[in-house]
Amino acid sequence: MTDTHHAPAGPGTETSAPDPVEPAAAEAFLSHPGSLRHAPGPYFGTYGGRWMPESLIAALDELESTFEAAKADPTFIAEVRELNSSYAGRPSLLTEATRFAAHAGGVRVFLKREDLNHTGSHKINNVLGQALLAKRMGKTRIVAETGAGQHGVASATAAALLGLECVVYMGAEDCRRQALNVARMQLLGAEVVAVTNGSQTLKDAINDALRDWVANVGTTHYLLGTAAGAHPFPAMVRFFHEVIGEEAREQILELTGKLPDAVCACVGGGSNAIGIFHGFLDDPAVRLYGFEAGGDGVASGRHAAPITLGRAGVLHGARSYLMQDEDGQTMESHSISAGLDYPGVGPEHAYLADIGRVTYEPITDAEAMEGFRLLCRTEGIIPAIESAHALAGALKVGQRMAAAGDTVADKVIIVNLSGRGDKDVATAAEYFDLLPDGGAEKDIAQEGEQL
Amino acid sequence: MITTGSKAAAAIEKARAAGRAALIGYLPAGFPDVQTTIEAGLTMARNGVDLIELGIPYSDPVMDGRVIQDATVQALANGFTVPQIFDVIRGITEQTDVPVLVMTYWNPVMRMGVREFSSRLAAAGGAGLITPDLIPDEAAEWMEASDEFGLDRVFLVAPSTSPERMKRTVEASRGFVYAVSVMGITGARTTVGEAARAVVQAAHDAGAERVCVGLGVSTSEQVREIAPYADGVIVGTALVLALRDGGVTALAELTENLSTGTGKNQP
Repeated sequence: MTDTHHAPAGPGTETSAPDPVEPAAAEAFLSHPGSLRHAPGPYFGTYGGRWMPESLIAALDELESTFEAAKADPTFIAEVRELNSSYAGRPSLLTEATRFAAHAGGVRVFLKREDLNHTGSHKINNVLGQALLAKRMGKTRIVAETGAGQHGVASATAAALLGLECVVYMGAEDCRRQALNVARMQLLGAEVVAVTNGSQTLKDAINDALRDWVANVGTTHYLLGTAAGAHPFPAMVRFFHEVIGEEAREQILELTGKLPDAVCACVGGGSNAIGIFHGFLDDPAVRLYGFEAGGDGVASGRHAAPITLGRAGVLHGARSYLMQDEDGQTMESHSISAGLDYPGVGPEHAYLADIGRVTYEPITDAEAMEGFRLLCRTEGIIPAIESAHALAGALKVGQRMAAAGDTVADKVIIVNLSGRGDKDVATAAEYFDLLPDGGAEKDIAQEGEQL
Repeated sequence: MITTGSKAAAAIEKARAAGRAALIGYLPAGFPDVQTTIEAGLTMARNGVDLIELGIPYSDPVMDGRVIQDATVQALANGFTVPQIFDVIRGITEQTDVPVLVMTYWNPVMRMGVREFSSRLAAAGGAGLITPDLIPDEAAEWMEASDEFGLDRVFLVAPSTSPERMKRTVEASRGFVYAVSVMGITGARTTVGEAARAVVQAAHDAGAERVCVGLGVSTSEQVREIAPYADGVIVGTALVLALRDGGVTALAELTENLSTGTGKNQP
């Protein structure tokens, strides 16, 4: 392995500081003649690959060749485009948020409205594409993992639309907290399996989905929900989300006549972020910011910020940054946002962090909830708590631009508003203490129900 | 496939010379504690296994079924740490000539450092590694370290493995190749599919001198069914259940019973 930047640390370095991203790295990129767009995998620098059981390699090969052929097939591209426009509701709007922007140092802020897509988030882009691929491979069944239920609902939606059997693996703890999302998936015809293994959360749901896939690979496609996992998943999931960045780039040019100064997105596995970043990767003047879930603060250990932590490892098929203890055991992540509550991150993000093209920073639960509150009050938009991390980050970026003495009125930030917050109302109501004592809503919210 | 200097190859060849397929017994290290694993390993060695396979408990064991998952969760809850695997190996290899292979998911090895892990494994008397989520394509660092320390590297092949991959995987292996009998995860099954025979045949055709069959094998009848065509039979879940429910006494009985099925020429 040629990774000198992030060689695996020895035991006893658990609390060591993350490796710094050298400022020079960003400059090195800016003079880089090659393109960062359309990175094909399997490797992104030293990240990515296929750290997978041999039993699944044939299925990954089949998926890769089907995907490559489909990408080059105008019929497939037309099918995706048609579903995106007539079913998912694309293109999504780019909305200027002037009252919100007043809190961001006075820069102009535009919201990429993935929250307006069918099923309420960017997730639909990927599930429609992969479900179409499943059909091209002759598979009749899809399995998916879900944390809060967003990807599970999106997968169940795509399966219903395209006539596929759908099984969703969900941690037993998450099933209990998200009973209404379980019902949504069931209404859409999916079977929801409560996972009682391990820590009973998202990573264990992925483990069980993989176990199902190994045993049923002849009939089944694993519809992974984020730009992580073994090749070709990271490049493929990004491909289906690239539409976000393409639309945003076109829209901002039309609205402002120039490229934005910064693009902000939240990063869990990283699918919405890589989707919007991709449109701007080769525009060196556009600063890209990925905001990880800082939970109670990275120093507290209770967070979901593997890039900030800065330790590489392999999990679920890819080498990337990973929250792990000194034995290489995966650590439990913590975030108020279920969709960011994952101990790993997509490998392309790890690479973009190392070369300095994207800046990754943690946003705490408290900062995210302040961003959440602010958008509700200033724009009449209730964001997903995941997306609120990007909003909170944008506030910081804008304020920094102002502090640096930039002419803020000329500065433009795009925030990927990856999902809507209907599912998060109970969590937010509890957080802001809006529920009457002794009411049923209080009980539900304390258990974390996200409607 | 490399044979020279391989402890696993020597054990399998010794069984072959005696007209048997090798019996390979799996247990997770630290279940329920380090001392019990050492006793259990020695118990298996005294009752007929030719090779011992010790699993490193890991937080995300995607190739394992419920019984082994639960055992490894318990081992971790009881405080097992990765470096203790070397204590277990030493405890066993100091008292028996039966070689000890380690079955491990890759991240714990990567975390310690592949060379560091390999060096300590060799120093403890370990024979090598079985790697369920490491394919030869990603194994450059492990190929180098295993060569340096003379360790066996056992890769898996499956019913879905293409002929090209079969050839490459067999060439990369040292000791034997692990033939996954069914598409699935570990756990006792009533039948071991016809697929197992085909995988073994394909591996032999690709040049493998030693192919051992694992996944789903739990009874002496199944061992008897596989022994004529395979060079070794791997039993895991059934042994874990025996140890869990009946301690080393039950483990000894099951091991002895399994070993009755290893004859190459069945009556």
